[in-house]
Amino acid sequence: MLEIKNLFVNVEGKAILRGIDLKVNAGEIHAIMGPNGSGKSTLANVIAGREGYEIMSGEVLFKGLNLFEMEPEDRAREGIFLAFQYPVEIPGISNATFLKTAVNEVRKHKGEEEMDAMEFLSLMKSKMKMLDMDEAMMSRSVNQGFSGGEKKRNEIFQMLMLEPKLALLDETDSGLDIDALKIVSNGVNLLKEKIKDKAIIVVTHYQRLLNYIVPDFVHVLYNGRIVKSGGKELALELEEKGYDWIKNGEST
Amino acid sequence: MPEEKINLEEFAEKEYKYGFVTDIEMETAPRGLNEDIIRLISNKKNEPEFMLEMRLKAFQQWKRMTEPHWANVNYNSIDYQDIIYYAAPKQKPQLKSLDEVDPELLQTFDKLGIPLAEQKRLANVAVDAVFDSVSVATTYKEKLSELGIIFCSMSEAIQNHPELIKKYLGSVVPSTDNFYAALNAAVFSDGSFCFIPKGVRCPMELSTYFRINAADTGQFERTLIVADEGSYVSYLEGCTAPIRDTNQLHAAVVELIALENAEIKYSTVQNWYAGDKAGKGGIYNFVTKRGICKGNNSKISWTQVETGSAITWKYPSCILLGDNSVGEFYSVALTNNFQQADTGTKMIHLGKNTKSTIVSKGISAGKSQNSYRGLVRISNKAENSRNFSQCDSLLIGDKCGAHTFPYLEVNNPTAKVEHEATTSKIGEDQIFYLNQRGISKEDAISLIVNGYCKEVFLELPMEFAVEASKLLSVSLEGSVG
Repeated sequence: MLEIKNLFVNVEGKAILRGIDLKVNAGEIHAIMGPNGSGKSTLANVIAGREGYEIMSGEVLFKGLNLFEMEPEDRAREGIFLAFQYPVEIPGISNATFLKTAVNEVRKHKGEEEMDAMEFLSLMKSKMKMLDMDEAMMSRSVNQGFSGGEKKRNEIFQMLMLEPKLALLDETDSGLDIDALKIVSNGVNLLKEKIKDKAIIVVTHYQRLLNYIVPDFVHVLYNGRIVKSGGKELALELEEKGYDWIKNGEST
Repeated sequence: MPEEKINLEEFAEKEYKYGFVTDIEMETAPRGLNEDIIRLISNKKNEPEFMLEMRLKAFQQWKRMTEPHWANVNYNSIDYQDIIYYAAPKQKPQLKSLDEVDPELLQTFDKLGIPLAEQKRLANVAVDAVFDSVSVATTYKEKLSELGIIFCSMSEAIQNHPELIKKYLGSVVPSTDNFYAALNAAVFSDGSFCFIPKGVRCPMELSTYFRINAADTGQFERTLIVADEGSYVSYLEGCTAPIRDTNQLHAAVVELIALENAEIKYSTVQNWYAGDKAGKGGIYNFVTKRGICKGNNSKISWTQVETGSAITWKYPSCILLGDNSVGEFYSVALTNNFQQADTGTKMIHLGKNTKSTIVSKGISAGKSQNSYRGLVRISNKAENSRNFSQCDSLLIGDKCGAHTFPYLEVNNPTAKVEHEATTSKIGEDQIFYLNQRGISKEDAISLIVNGYCKEVFLELPMEFAVEASKLLSVSLEGSVG
């Protein structure tokens, strides 16, 4: 589904990603772990198409499509979803209006009929229930005045509404207490269960989220390179030994 | 792709869809302005002597005045002798029904989405259509007259209701008020007149649709609305003009009079041609709009959505004379490319317990300049007056400007005056967030801008609100690369 080949990315002239190769198949959950500044968020943002990153070389193919030739909205319509590390506040637009627009853009792209207000409302309600969200949040402006936890939950809610093919979760666990973490993880697992042709990439600093969203593969990113890959047990090993173990490993 | 920056300032020009010209036989006066031209206009309209006198007096006053340049706008001085002051479609005098209106004209209004033919009329909206300088048709007239409501062109009103005209015309905006008001009083050719009798609640929206067609003409129309005691009227005004590469002057005057317990709601969607992407052409929209809450407990509410014109200079105002009277001003002013707008309001509190609300939303894009200018004056007799002002500016890109000029004059210690102002920018992170959910850049901006204007759109009558929201999207289309 996703193939990253020899990807080099600079930010303001500084090399951040220095030769990433990664293959993600449908049905898989990958975790990308690593210390702060290792390039984890850069990778997620480059896949989603955020500006400000210089692609020095390499390519990223999604379902065979060259992502670097696509606008961010087209990538989203094809099924790439980024759960933001810092969800943006947009005053004046209600969550419901925003999400209805988004859902219908994706449907239009797929050649499906647009959803009417009633359909949308009932879908929305059912998904909100799964995430234990207050329906009142839908009439509030996008993320405005939301607590950190509410914002993260809203990201997962949007993900469930849009049903992407590839979900990128960028530090979704940061700022969540244990209860919120469970709810958010449940949401992610719901996405995985529903259809087999999906893949999830979880970007995280800590192992704790991986107790709930169990990865098939764990990759350790350090200094812009994947320095170690393994199964879910690698995450536990990292938790135990810390990143120094990897850092030292890389230097030898 | 990612190295290709999102250029918020790269607003491409959306085609102005009302830019066509109607080919119709016109009768025009020679260029320039002098007493003969004024006599000609008055004569063409078969006006009573008092109107001619009023015009000539205004002309004398105008000659002594100078073009005002205090507004935050830049343009070369206008050559007032190079303008045609009277242009009218050649037509049979005294039209009895719409069937007699030139079909070309009816088509023009159809094209603009304003069907005049009775069978296709807008649901529950009576329309007075003004083409160049002349009112061509007024719909629903008979139905309204059953209620005693007078809704007709200004020319007809001068003929048929001279006593009302004498009493009210120029009573809120006298010809001495300002340069353009004086010019208008001297040369105005038509406009709409509306009188709502005592205790009548006008059952439909009244609407005037202004269209400039002829080249090199100025448009000077005059609107007068009188709401007698305990009456209510909601009035809509729309305007468009063809695309031309020279500037055209539009200097209108609107006067509203609300007597005791009366309410007037006046909504404008202004979409004059704004000039091209390089700033060539477009309408100079220099308009004086003012209402007086003459009686106690009366209310005047202005709502405007200003998206057109090369230059807008306009301050719909309220004089709150009656005790407990209420004035409101809700405004969305959007400027793009090289447009300039200096707009706002004046709330003059004279009566006791008077209340005013100002909500102004300015949106600047491209290389445009957008200024809010507002005066709140509380006179010494205006006990317990209140004003709340909120002036928000939204910037799109970094080559445009937003300016706020609030003037407060409080002469009574019991008054409460609040002013809030914010300036914000559409952030690229906001746009990316929406992009990432599958929403294009243009739609993202349109969503954000519409959300920002929601408060004002809520004040518009339904169909107008939808129209206004679409208009904003169109005006902003192509605003990102």
